[in-house]
Amino acid sequence: MILLTVGTQLPFDRFVRIVDRLAPQLDEPVFAQIGHGRYRPENMAWQAFIGPIEFERLIGECSYIVSHAGIGTMVMAQKHRKPMILFPRRAELEEHRNDHQLATVRALDGRPGIRIAYDEAGLASLIADPQPDPPAVDRLPERDRLRHAIADLLVAEQHRRIGS
Amino acid sequence: MLAVSSGGGHWEELMLLRPALAAFDPEFASTNSELAQRDGVARFHLLPDANRDGPRQALRCFLASIRLVRRLRPDMVVTTGALPGLFCLITARLLGARTIWIDSIANSDQPSLSGQCARPFANHWFTQWQHLAGPRRRYDGALL
Repeated sequence: MILLTVGTQLPFDRFVRIVDRLAPQLDEPVFAQIGHGRYRPENMAWQAFIGPIEFERLIGECSYIVSHAGIGTMVMAQKHRKPMILFPRRAELEEHRNDHQLATVRALDGRPGIRIAYDEAGLASLIADPQPDPPAVDRLPERDRLRHAIADLLVAEQHRRIGS
Repeated sequence: MLAVSSGGGHWEELMLLRPALAAFDPEFASTNSELAQRDGVARFHLLPDANRDGPRQALRCFLASIRLVRRLRPDMVVTTGALPGLFCLITARLLGARTIWIDSIANSDQPSLSGQCARPFANHWFTQWQHLAGPRRRYDGALL
């Protein structure tokens, strides 16, 4: 199963329509989480919202993820080692308040397991060419670095409080 | 310690930070209690959801944040945003707590609006992008 998700905050009908058009040509069925969108998919099973526990189960089960550029889905995909195709929301099409998703995908482009599509043609070519699961990431040096920085800061704050 | 965020990506980032907070036995607050259930967070407080497109919801969330912080009286507040984190951070700082804002990794072109509002009230303010680092805008790693 291919998992399509648009997150919970805002609709993303342009994206759902494109994937719905592509769905009949794919090797696997698509399950779509469409949020507040008005468009009702014809070629995919869908649900408006999925609770976090069920959503994580679907992430674990799917072969890959096609998603808006939301951080929550990216964290889950990394945890479960699932390849992703990201399709950023565009502010000019009133799909988000600003273009931070565009900036985010540009910054994340080239990371293992992440591919990016900017339009229907791009999405069509990526979705027809599934990728293997990305390698497991046990340690991310920059993640460890921030955790250490925050932990050290908290210790310093505690000493400061006890000292004062 | 109070560790707070809205649901979705902000909560996932807070959970990635959780090992750094563990020694301080934090209470958590967010807008979806099923997230706490999924991640085995026992000491959890529910806040109403809010974003800047819904002023009434935002006001409800602000009032609930004030009540929560006054009840818990945390010495420290750590948040990954967005609005519920901002509300708790401001209230806690005004009540004398020390505060840490970690701007979401989603904000790679400029700091988030709620993050900018948090700056005067945050004792420590982190960005997760090196190119956004600056005076009182610290970069020291990233969660993703």
